[in-house]
Amino acid sequence: MRHRSPDFWSGLALAALGAYIVAQARGWDYLTDDGPGPGFFPLWYGIAILACSAWLGVFGKSPNADWRGAGRALATWGAVALSVALVKFIGFALAFGAVAFFIVAVMYRRPPAVAALVALCTVAGFYLVFPLALGVALP
Amino acid sequence: MDIAAGLLHGFALALQPLNLLWCFVGVLLGTIVGIMPGLGPPATIAMLLPLTALMNPAGAIIMLAGIYYGAKYGGSTTSILLNVPGESASVVTCLDGYAMARKGRAGPALGIAAIASFVAGTVGVLGLMLVAPPLARLALAFSSPEYFALMSLGLAMVVLLAGKSMVKALLAMLVGLWIAGIGTDVFTSQSRFTFGRMELLSGIDFVVVAIGVFALGEVLGNMEAREEPQVLPVPKGLRNLLPTMQDLRDCRFAFAQGSVLGFLVGVLPGAGSTIASFISYGVEKAFSKRREQFGTGVIEGVAAPEGANNSETGGALVPLLTLGIPGSGTTAILLAALVLWGFKPGPLFIAENPGMFWGLVASMYIGNVMLLVLNLPLVPLFAQVLRTPVYVLYPLIIGISFVGVYAGSGSLFDLYLLAGFGLLGYLMRKLDYPSAPLILGLVLGGAMERALRQSLMMSEGHLSILVSRPISAAMLALALAVLFIPLFSRFNTWRLRALEQEES
Repeated sequence: MRHRSPDFWSGLALAALGAYIVAQARGWDYLTDDGPGPGFFPLWYGIAILACSAWLGVFGKSPNADWRGAGRALATWGAVALSVALVKFIGFALAFGAVAFFIVAVMYRRPPAVAALVALCTVAGFYLVFPLALGVALP
Repeated sequence: MDIAAGLLHGFALALQPLNLLWCFVGVLLGTIVGIMPGLGPPATIAMLLPLTALMNPAGAIIMLAGIYYGAKYGGSTTSILLNVPGESASVVTCLDGYAMARKGRAGPALGIAAIASFVAGTVGVLGLMLVAPPLARLALAFSSPEYFALMSLGLAMVVLLAGKSMVKALLAMLVGLWIAGIGTDVFTSQSRFTFGRMELLSGIDFVVVAIGVFALGEVLGNMEAREEPQVLPVPKGLRNLLPTMQDLRDCRFAFAQGSVLGFLVGVLPGAGSTIASFISYGVEKAFSKRREQFGTGVIEGVAAPEGANNSETGGALVPLLTLGIPGSGTTAILLAALVLWGFKPGPLFIAENPGMFWGLVASMYIGNVMLLVLNLPLVPLFAQVLRTPVYVLYPLIIGISFVGVYAGSGSLFDLYLLAGFGLLGYLMRKLDYPSAPLILGLVLGGAMERALRQSLMMSEGHLSILVSRPISAAMLALALAVLFIPLFSRFNTWRLRALEQEES
């Protein structure tokens, strides 16, 4: 069942990246009067990515990764990505506070009061340390 | 400037109150991140890097280096008390360190780890001080072809030693080169791989990738487990932490060989402190009269790897400062830091910035003394760090990552990239792609392309320039040999066995 091997899928994704790099690089000068052009180096590493990913897709035999905990990791990533998208609209305090609350209350199943306290304290701590003490702007 | 004058100049700089404070902050932070499983020095240094823009560069490099070598001290505490390495260099310390702790000898194990780290760390700095200046003078003869060959050799070594699959390591490195190529070509002003986004015209900031892959990727990986590990108790009182005279006598050879081997392995690009600690443990076991007892709580089994992984730090700074070639993810971030502050690590670095180099060397001597003091009497206090709930720690790391990225550029687009690279870092861990080659490819990509194109301009387009100069030819031949040697099954079996041991 080679098609289910993680190496096959990661090899396929990287082959697509390699093909994109080669296609782009072919659109730029390879050699100019002054020497190698902007397409020179990318063309070669693009070809190398294609070759290595093809090899990986065909001969790669890593065992299937253990994805049991992946749901938790991906849910956390989803929360982080959502908060990053929302920073522009609701500000750092609410967006980051929401991620902190989510991690404590949902991922680690602590009582909502504890989660709210952790979220509040971390946000307050960031405001005290960065803009007030160090003069560093928050997102 | 000779060594004595340089060192005096360095101590004058490092002993300034503010620099002493930064040194203390660095080694303290290093100890704490070393103790915490799941937060390593590359992630910490990457997160703090944007904030160092507010600091004097000398103070900043003293602090970041303090985090780097301080983490090696802290890592042993977690290995001994938790049987979980605080950082990868302390993996092998788990074998005998945890066994000693279970036998009620956690104190001497922690004590000998601190003493070995101090002895070997100091020898490593001595090596850095003696080897770096002459190597820098030798490297003055290097031109673009030699630099291209040297970077190729450095990347090849990292690919060889970074992971079980060399193809995956090679792919990670090539993707790093691609990310480095995103933006405007400096020679022709052609925009490359920008997907029509204005924000990408100036390229992707190294800090965004480093924080995403190391900090966020690491947090996501650690989020998979809900349970928190149990910590063994730490004996109270300095007397209970000190090893006996017999322990110290047993560790004499471990101190010596760990110091020397660690430094030598550190100088090699790609080998790193994990390999250094394994080699040192292997040598100690091979020459020991009680080799059959290794793994059951032998004190030399703690001293040798802990010494080697600290001495390696001094060695790893040699190619970084004299050639501008980092050998690991952490040194790649230190290289990026130096470039960010306007320095150019390479053969002229020491001559042009004697204060920075000698100040750093002197601060490392001071930092090692600080670490010995911190890690002997105060180790019970540091062990409390392990009781920090992860549900408090992880939101903090995510928040610092946001601020670190935003502080550098003030761009929300970089936060979107951060989320993307965080996912990439997590997937790389899951699919067994090593992250060090990606970071090294990213750091060296721009310089490597520049060196290659300058070489070809010198030769009017003839690739023969790379092999017609003896140093360049030798290094390229070595790089090719490094990449092709694993095709010979006997060597590859040895390489895989070493990496499997490292994982177990």
